[in-house]
Amino acid sequence: MSLLIRNGRVVDPATSVDAVQDVLIADGVIERTGPRLAAPPGTEVLDATGRVVCPGFIDMHVHLREPGHEYKETIASGTRAAAAGGFTAVCCMANTNPVNDNGAVTDYIRAKARVEGVVRVYPIGAVTRGLRGEVLAELAELAEAGCVAFSDDGRCVMDAALYRRAMEYTLPFGAPVISHAEDHTLSRDAAMHEGVVSTELGLPGEPAAAEEVMVARDILLAELTGARVHIAHISTAGAVRLVRDAKARGVRVSAEVTPHHLLLTEDAVRTFDPNTKMKPPLRTKRDVEALLEALADGTIDCVATDHAPHATSEKEGEYDRAANGILGLETAVPLLLDRLVRPGRLPLPTLVARLSRDPARLLGLPGGSLAPGSPADVTILDLEASVTVDPRRFRSRSRNTPFGGWTLHGGPWRTVVGGAVLAP
Amino acid sequence: MAWTRKDLLTMRELDAAEILTLVDTAASLQEIASREIKKVPALRGKTIVNLFYESSTRTRTSFEIAGKWLSADVVNFSISGSSAAKGESFVDTARNIAAMSPDVVVVRHSSAGAATLLARELPCSVVNAGDGAHEHPTQALLDLLTIREKKGHFEGLGVAIVGDIAHSRVARSNIHGMRKLGMTVTVAGPPTLIPPFVQELGCKVAYRLEDAIRDVDVIMMLRLQNERMAGDLIPSLREYARYWGLSLDKLHAHARPDVVIMHPGPVNRGVELSPEVADGPYSVILDQVSRGVAVRMGVLLLLAGSKSAEAA
Repeated sequence: MSLLIRNGRVVDPATSVDAVQDVLIADGVIERTGPRLAAPPGTEVLDATGRVVCPGFIDMHVHLREPGHEYKETIASGTRAAAAGGFTAVCCMANTNPVNDNGAVTDYIRAKARVEGVVRVYPIGAVTRGLRGEVLAELAELAEAGCVAFSDDGRCVMDAALYRRAMEYTLPFGAPVISHAEDHTLSRDAAMHEGVVSTELGLPGEPAAAEEVMVARDILLAELTGARVHIAHISTAGAVRLVRDAKARGVRVSAEVTPHHLLLTEDAVRTFDPNTKMKPPLRTKRDVEALLEALADGTIDCVATDHAPHATSEKEGEYDRAANGILGLETAVPLLLDRLVRPGRLPLPTLVARLSRDPARLLGLPGGSLAPGSPADVTILDLEASVTVDPRRFRSRSRNTPFGGWTLHGGPWRTVVGGAVLAP
Repeated sequence: MAWTRKDLLTMRELDAAEILTLVDTAASLQEIASREIKKVPALRGKTIVNLFYESSTRTRTSFEIAGKWLSADVVNFSISGSSAAKGESFVDTARNIAAMSPDVVVVRHSSAGAATLLARELPCSVVNAGDGAHEHPTQALLDLLTIREKKGHFEGLGVAIVGDIAHSRVARSNIHGMRKLGMTVTVAGPPTLIPPFVQELGCKVAYRLEDAIRDVDVIMMLRLQNERMAGDLIPSLREYARYWGLSLDKLHAHARPDVVIMHPGPVNRGVELSPEVADGPYSVILDQVSRGVAVRMGVLLLLAGSKSAEAA
């Protein structure tokens, strides 16, 4: 049960390695990395010459839709989409049916993932019962059952006092609360970002302030309670500024950004394609620039996809009535390599860090490193591969992407989970 | 110039020459209304479906009359009693209608972008008869035809559009059309009814009625929608009527004597327009309605009748 990944460019930000090396795996853990390692007899050899060998990518924000919405995605299909996209671990949000607001649901998800999943699955528990924002979920039980964070993602906990109590109550568990920062009174009825394009299209918009008001509130509550707060899918320049200032003051706040918020703007909505509709909405060029700068300088800690599968019937009709959210797992890595790394806008080792070392650090997950003793989760990239995004070929059960037809250079070549090689 | 588009979806996508083609075609068809036999064979054998997801009296009737005067078969498909009431999706309805091979579908829908979506789905021509707060191009065209008749030209005219700009498809279509024809547009209303960055569409903004109507050739008053008459956008109907309603006194005090007053209808008398203004000598509201039929004939003819047009 050993594997030698030979002669690839090993990029491991956790150990500050960027060199052509071999990676030796035995019994599901990294045994050693180094130049020209000897393969013990019986070792399977994977020639990675010309490829890039990275710690397995971790997507800390996905919706696997199971239990309850299996017509959109299942743990089986979602984890296959993850593997195909180069991810070795995913954290799944609590807005299933039933909601993951108690230990039994967490147990179910983990059991399903063990049997049917092909990558590691870490559940995120709800903050409030039923995601209703009224009373706390059984947070200690969720933590004990294996939830790695708490979030009502999809909704914002509008009651500041309740959210403060959630932060305090979860302090001993060492798991952060994850904020879906959206003031629902400011975003009521909104179908897109409020700005030039919403004015032109006559679609109801939500201002950047709908997000920023809540980012500011949650930073202040983190300061008050000493809790760790993670801002999900940060999308505005103003929210970035708030996080940067808070970090400089020593507040325990972190943030993630999605590939679509890094690459698309409100202009994409002009097509009225519901696959450009999500929360938070696509913002302006100025916001996109601020997000990229913040991802590069570490103000934004990681990239997460907010993989949100929806059936075609929920994403093909009237724009203002369509469901929010798009797929991410199978397009994220090629998009980021092609649009950010290839043109030199983001160094490859920085991107690798934001996809592996940093999410692992935020949630205290095993992995995110190729150091000896780490789990043998490895993502191998082929920077020369050329792929045209074809939603019909997705492993996901859903097809809702605005990137169909995009031709991208660079993508995952092999995904290794616990020493097992998964062909994408 | 030759018309090449499959659909009429927005004023934004048209250039000045296309707009003038539409207006000129409509102007040439106006005399049909005064004939004893109001019928020309231009669209004989063509099928027009009026697909109305929102209630509308004048627009639907206007399209229906236009189609009939051109000898087309006109079928009305409105939401009550149709598939939408049974829960069929918009896209499914569209595919079913396409299967019946109409030549033109005229669509009115409360969602912005609905006409664009339909045009992508259907092989036939689609006319946008109003999609949410997005656009209402035939309304803008009939407004332009009316303006040219009253003022003789477009270039250099000043227009004030007053009221709920944020939720008005009429305002958006007119801003695009008027700007392309060289007119100056000022939008006016309380700031809560003015959408952000509206200047980017090429218009000026005024926050006092008196400022907006000074020295303009045309004042277009918009209807204040019932659901917005009181609440979080304006404090009360009374206050709106007092500050934003156009009375004869305000007109005489601030507007030019040759100004014309337009309104896309239906008018809330006593709210945005006092009755004496709505029915008075400055008002061209009924001219707009009668031009509506000519404009819709012109649109249908250009979209569906390019070959048989000469026969008209």
